[in-house]
Amino acid sequence: MNLPLLIGVMVVKILVVFVVFLTIIAYTVLMERKVLGFIQFRYGPNRVGPWGLLQPLADAIKLIFKEDFTPPAASKVLFIMAPMIVGLTAFLPLAVIPFADKILPDTIQIYGQTLDLTVASLNRGVIADINIGLLYVFAVASMGVYGAVIGGWASNNKYSLLGGLRLSAQMISYELAMGLAVIGVLMLAGTLSLVQIVEAQKNMWFIVYQPLGFLLFTIAAFAECARTPFDLIECENELVAGYQTEYSSMKWGLFMMGEYGHVVIASALITTLYLGGWQGPFLPPVVWFLLKTFAFIFLFIWVRGTFPRFRFDQLMYLGWKVLLPLSLVNILLTGLFMLYF
Amino acid sequence: MQIIFFLLAATALISGIMVVIQVNPVRSALFLVLNFFALAGIYLLANAQFIAAIQIIVYAGAIMVLFLFVIMLLNLRQPEEGGAQQHLGQKIFGATLAGGTAALVIYTISKIKLPPGKEMVEGFGTTEMVAKSLFTEYLLPFEATSILLLVAVVGAVILAKSRLD
Repeated sequence: MNLPLLIGVMVVKILVVFVVFLTIIAYTVLMERKVLGFIQFRYGPNRVGPWGLLQPLADAIKLIFKEDFTPPAASKVLFIMAPMIVGLTAFLPLAVIPFADKILPDTIQIYGQTLDLTVASLNRGVIADINIGLLYVFAVASMGVYGAVIGGWASNNKYSLLGGLRLSAQMISYELAMGLAVIGVLMLAGTLSLVQIVEAQKNMWFIVYQPLGFLLFTIAAFAECARTPFDLIECENELVAGYQTEYSSMKWGLFMMGEYGHVVIASALITTLYLGGWQGPFLPPVVWFLLKTFAFIFLFIWVRGTFPRFRFDQLMYLGWKVLLPLSLVNILLTGLFMLYF
Repeated sequence: MQIIFFLLAATALISGIMVVIQVNPVRSALFLVLNFFALAGIYLLANAQFIAAIQIIVYAGAIMVLFLFVIMLLNLRQPEEGGAQQHLGQKIFGATLAGGTAALVIYTISKIKLPPGKEMVEGFGTTEMVAKSLFTEYLLPFEATSILLLVAVVGAVILAKSRLD
């Protein structure tokens, strides 16, 4: 038992995961611009680097050097806090999502000392395997709405406020459908730990047993990420840019990072819950996980490129009168099937 | 462990006081959210992971968002500072009441002699254990609560609908 070294290994692991996640976010933005370009018969960004591959770097440098303007009538502290909350809540769910089975051997030798890496699942492809994993994801994700609400209020701008209020109504409505849709998975796996949920899908992915739940969860995830066709908080013709209207420079950049972070996390979560996580033949587990996740990110972009936006009353109708009852039906059906088959 | 507990307790107390003394209702509400987080941390220290997660999902994630929603819709402008009346009598009465209650609670707690603690049950505080005791030992109160909530939902719908018609 060598605590400082173990903590060192943990920190290195967290940093690697974090940096990879940030890179994925940056390239998801590029991927979106490219794919949207192809959908619309354009090239997309292709000036910076070969095939536009250095575009995220250029964007980041541009954002950092832009003027950072705070409106004089804004509530200063809250105005700065809002992007922080959005960024933070986008990163936090990462801690419990398993991206691989085993990434390190059980014991390793560092500086002549033997380290037991089974402590705190250091050798596994997850940062923290906690027994309330799924609840943790929901708890953290439900905090994201504060960023938008506070940002909208602190900007002291009518459009911002309306955007923030819309988002909070939308997120509360769809959180219910999302939480109920996932109960089917919980019933099948019998655990809240995401690692064990992945292991329970060894023989068959849950999407086969839970087609309705998968569909409901996916729709709710689109709404929770406030992506097309549910991106009413920033529909340009009504609300300028919603709660982000008054933000500039890297504060706005953090909002963007939060949005794409949510897309990546939602894709990774759907992969974990319904598509068998890192399980798959031939290829290494990490590759399988990333493949499935990116396939889902592609779906997010595809939908954005091809679907029109809902009206707000349609959004509420869908959430409360379609998704919510259907997810209750899903629970009932899952229970019946588990009992009699 | 103890350092973490005192940090959380201090956060909970300070944010609780800030909820009361803030002039701006939005900031009050946000301090209340901070308070909920400190409480969730204390639950975690007490090995009640499920309660901690539910505390954040339900209170911080849903109820406080609705509170904030209402505050923002009702009170869009900043309240003028110092414009409130003094209410001297109320202040004295409130302070006496709070001080008396605190004194009573502290006196009672210092009097209690707790028996030595037992070993914790295996898996205490996990979702499985909470569910098991809810659906066996405490089934009746649990179902009664759900009926109560249903009545509240029906009542809220009727109240909202009578205004619409």
